[in-house]
Amino acid sequence: MATGEISAASLRPPVAERLGVVGWMRRNLFNSPFDSVLTVILALFLAWALVQLFEWAVLNAVWRAESKQECEAAFRGERGACWALLRARFGQYVYGLYPVEERWRIDLAFVLLIVAMAPLFLRIGINKLLYALGLILVYPILAYTLFLGGRFGLALVETSKWGGLFLTLVIAGVGITASLPLGILLALGRRSRLPVVKALSVAFIELVRGVPLVTVLFMASVMLPLFLPEGVTFDKLLRALVGVSLFSAAYMAEVVRGGLQAIPKGQYEAAAALGLGYWKMMGLIVLPQALRLVIPGIVNTFIGLFKDTSLVLIVGLYDLLGMAQLIIKDPQWLGLATETYLIAAAGFWIFCFGMSRYSMALERRLARGHRR
Amino acid sequence: MIRLEDVHKWYGEFHVLKAINLEVEKGQKVVVCGPSGSGKSTMIRCINRLEEHQRGRIVVDGIELTSDVKNVDAIRREVGMVFQHFNLFPHLTVLENLTLAPIWVRRIPRKEAEETAMFFLERVKIPEQAHKYPGQLSGGQQQRVAIARALCMKPKIMLFDEPTSALDPEMVKEVLDVMIELADEGMTMIVVTHEMGFAKSVADFVVFMDKGEIVEVAPPEEFFTNPKSDRTRLFLSQILAH
Repeated sequence: MATGEISAASLRPPVAERLGVVGWMRRNLFNSPFDSVLTVILALFLAWALVQLFEWAVLNAVWRAESKQECEAAFRGERGACWALLRARFGQYVYGLYPVEERWRIDLAFVLLIVAMAPLFLRIGINKLLYALGLILVYPILAYTLFLGGRFGLALVETSKWGGLFLTLVIAGVGITASLPLGILLALGRRSRLPVVKALSVAFIELVRGVPLVTVLFMASVMLPLFLPEGVTFDKLLRALVGVSLFSAAYMAEVVRGGLQAIPKGQYEAAAALGLGYWKMMGLIVLPQALRLVIPGIVNTFIGLFKDTSLVLIVGLYDLLGMAQLIIKDPQWLGLATETYLIAAAGFWIFCFGMSRYSMALERRLARGHRR
Repeated sequence: MIRLEDVHKWYGEFHVLKAINLEVEKGQKVVVCGPSGSGKSTMIRCINRLEEHQRGRIVVDGIELTSDVKNVDAIRREVGMVFQHFNLFPHLTVLENLTLAPIWVRRIPRKEAEETAMFFLERVKIPEQAHKYPGQLSGGQQQRVAIARALCMKPKIMLFDEPTSALDPEMVKEVLDVMIELADEGMTMIVVTHEMGFAKSVADFVVFMDKGEIVEVAPPEEFFTNPKSDRTRLFLSQILAH
């Protein structure tokens, strides 16, 4: 049949060869003899490494044991991972040194938070902004009372006993809720026409960004007491919380400023021409668009903050990683550093990955509305 | 209604507005034209203080524009503005674009604001687009929404800053039709535009600006048939040539 009889409209690009898995592999992995050799070598190495890991972490692993000795005894032939450690030390990982019989208070606060936040994710007719603001004001007081105790018949648990994943979540939670609004205010301040506001914002941001978090925490814990009158002390945890919040606020401010700069001048002008004042213009027109643009940057800062919480170790607080380091020193489980750290890393990873996925879902949902 | 007396403005050393005097009565329609960079946009943007003038007086609806924020707010509530690039709020639906200022600035209940919004969307002939986002509309539709948005504030004066310049040619008419209707209802309008057909049929008088000065003010028939200044003649020959 002559090719001329095929009408142009019926032509389709060849699918399988160019678009399928085979096509992709041919283009990217086996494009030249050298590429092919590299691909094969790397594939073999990856396969070997994965098999090793699988043997160590799953096949030869021991899940039930009371101590390291029992673990070692249970290994048949090759040495595997001693996951019995997680079973035995799970409580410490999650709650730190919080007294075992009081742990229900943390669980209760966690359940309360989930229940209280549920309306924010459901489609029901409430003013979500007002509800969220109320939650941010009320919940920390409630949670703090529950955690610390000493009132309402609850036993007092000093903040120095707080630790593990629980402490990580407390610091990250406070840091995140405080740094976003603070960062927004600082970003607005930096773009303000009022010279004093602008100068103060710039000074704060540049000063804090120029110093490592470890230094901020160290200063807060060692230097601050020197400047306070005799007898006045702040809780160690409180100082760390303030340090972490202010530190991330400075980073957040720059992320938000990037978003503010992306909003065209016309948006400000249209808002002004309609008679909106500064705060309404920012709150209703500029910030909703600017924040949407910088969700990846904001979540990036949150994830950084979440992991930076482990630096509170320097002021003697034991977060998830801090607990891992305590657990390593436990005579019963001595010498299981790999397992101990891997468990802590998995803990961090689960939360950071969760935040990342949530931000992507949020971006997709928000983008659905106003495709340009 | 609007009075500009000896208004001057500088951008740094550059003198953008030179001794502007202009008086617009209630219900009058004024078309401002002139070559680009002549200061026409700057002039109308001074009227709702998107730009600040540095010398002279601007009085709108009996209120003088000073650095007093209260006066600025009061004037902006009474003066609607339509921009070349529409400047709709892309994160809000058409209906939300229209009700935002009435609700937050005029403190009108949401239900009433939505009724007003739908009334004006009918007037600009796109009520069916109320729940779409601006990005889903054509340029002509967006500009009509922008006009409706300004009208929802029930302004006494409407300023148009080159409302059809950014539109594809086939959409210019639908926007001009809406503006002509508005003019017929007696709205006080100042329109910066190069649509000379619109000027001829609607304007009470045409203001020609060049290099920051008002060169000529004349009723359209006189302006187009018998321009007094050479600069006006040159400008008209350039834009009417094709």
